[in-house]
Amino acid sequence: MSEDAGTPPEVDIDIRRVARLARISLSVDELATYEEQLPVILHHAARVQALPTEGIEPTSHPLPLVNVFRSDAVGECLDRDEVLAEAPEVQDHQFVVPRIMDEA
Amino acid sequence: MSDFADLTIRQAGEGLRAGEFSATELLEAVHKRATMTEAELHAYLTIDRNGAARMAVAAESAFRRGEDAGPLQGIPVALKDNMVTRGVETTAGSKILAGWIPPYDATVVSRLQAAGAVVVGKTNLDEFAMGSSTENSAYGPTRNPWNPDTVPGGSSGGSAATVAAGSALGSLGSDTGGSIRQPAAFCGVVGVKPTYGLVSRYGLIAFASSLDQIGPFARTVDDAAVLLEAIAGHDPMDSTSYSGEVPDLRSGLGAGVQGLRVGLIAEMMGGEGYDPGVVAATRQIVAGLESAGATVAEVSMPSVDYALSAYYLIAPAECSANLARFDGVRYGLRVTGSTTEEMMANTRGEGFGPEVKRRILLGTYALSAGYYDAYYAQAQRVRTMVIGDFERAYEEVDVLIAPTTPTTAFRLGEKASDPLAMYLSDICTIPSNLSGHPAMSVPVGLDESGLPLGVQVLAPALGEPVMFRVAGEIERQASFSHRARLASSVVPR
Repeated sequence: MSEDAGTPPEVDIDIRRVARLARISLSVDELATYEEQLPVILHHAARVQALPTEGIEPTSHPLPLVNVFRSDAVGECLDRDEVLAEAPEVQDHQFVVPRIMDEA
Repeated sequence: MSDFADLTIRQAGEGLRAGEFSATELLEAVHKRATMTEAELHAYLTIDRNGAARMAVAAESAFRRGEDAGPLQGIPVALKDNMVTRGVETTAGSKILAGWIPPYDATVVSRLQAAGAVVVGKTNLDEFAMGSSTENSAYGPTRNPWNPDTVPGGSSGGSAATVAAGSALGSLGSDTGGSIRQPAAFCGVVGVKPTYGLVSRYGLIAFASSLDQIGPFARTVDDAAVLLEAIAGHDPMDSTSYSGEVPDLRSGLGAGVQGLRVGLIAEMMGGEGYDPGVVAATRQIVAGLESAGATVAEVSMPSVDYALSAYYLIAPAECSANLARFDGVRYGLRVTGSTTEEMMANTRGEGFGPEVKRRILLGTYALSAGYYDAYYAQAQRVRTMVIGDFERAYEEVDVLIAPTTPTTAFRLGEKASDPLAMYLSDICTIPSNLSGHPAMSVPVGLDESGLPLGVQVLAPALGEPVMFRVAGEIERQASFSHRARLASSVVPR
């Protein structure tokens, strides 16, 4: 890999904040590992910033798809009981989660 | 060879139709091989003996009734465990899905079943297909049948290893940054990443949706085409699936390469990290194509040097969104918490392995306010430049050639603690995922330590017929024997 496209800027990443956004609890050890590794990976990835891309449109997808429609017809769907059988907690044919209304 | 487990799909199909053996006997040979190899290789996460036995009997009855669904009828195949199978545990190599029994089949699974194939089981992979060695599986690594001290590649390492070892005659994997082609190269088998959209992704547990594509592993180019033909084609359940006519994949097989224009990707022919042996093997293959009548030119694609960097922003960004669904609510693991948010964070903290967390964190960061333009949007512009480089190249040549991987198989643990070194092993395969173009790996020989070498054939969108045509010529010239020198500790001679 050539590093000739200029030095990418220093990486500024707050792993705790990102983990909170991603809803992932991390152990102290994991936090330390990622604090070491992620800036190195991001520093490499930041090489993309060195390329002159003015006037170049971003590509989000390899196919030039806009909207794909289908007719709004009733079809087969997944079996409710088969789906609920895989849920961690079920009550009255519904998924159960910890109560959310009292959360700050 | 007398062991049915070593037959190609084509040979096995002839044997079944000639009544030399039954689908059940063929399956038994594959099971016997798996019993011999699995203790060392661990290529399978689940072997579905009862389900496979039923499918073999169904194939047999169909033959007896004179019904022939085509070349896969009665053929034992394996599926990467990120393709959902109704009633059969599907884990994607993750603890978060341990014990999950999907309520539906992926489209590729239904298509293989309609073609009469016998699904032997679900193969090991890097967790959620994130990795290049299959060491990131929550269920332990798979080993390379050629040398069990080395990795089979990844993320579809289990699918590659089954085909190399004879515990399946063909298999399916998924390729997001090289996850079919790199393990194919490491295990000495053929591996194909089709044009994006040619194969439905419905029921493929999503990693990076704009890059993921399902494709086959096989021992020959012809077998790979047979598998791809069975699974290709439009699927209304996948809005990104290609709705046009599927090209006749085998139309060029055996036609040679006379008059074809072949380009060698200059940026992938050496430099830091490349084994000289891999580069030399690639040059030798191109020389062979030239003597068979192709014209050869070196082609420069400057943006591919930046493809890896772009990929490690785009793929994590997409994965951070796709894997949001694993939240402990509807299926899979739940770890309790006093609030819903805490339950979700605990579940994901406990259920995901280190590489998956690493990528979700990277992606979340790249998409977060203040960084989006500098990272994700810029990576998308680089993606446009990679596509542009390919399009310019294909104005000059019909196919491109490059090594599949910069090195042959590396040792277990060698790159496990250095994620960036691991990512670099995908440097030759990633550009095709960014562009959506097809590419495949063909085994061409062994390096000095007896490990397989793979060469990659790349083609423009829907260029599979010319890609298979060139791959067929490479296969003919290399006359690589897939079985000859597998580790004797794995498959005793």
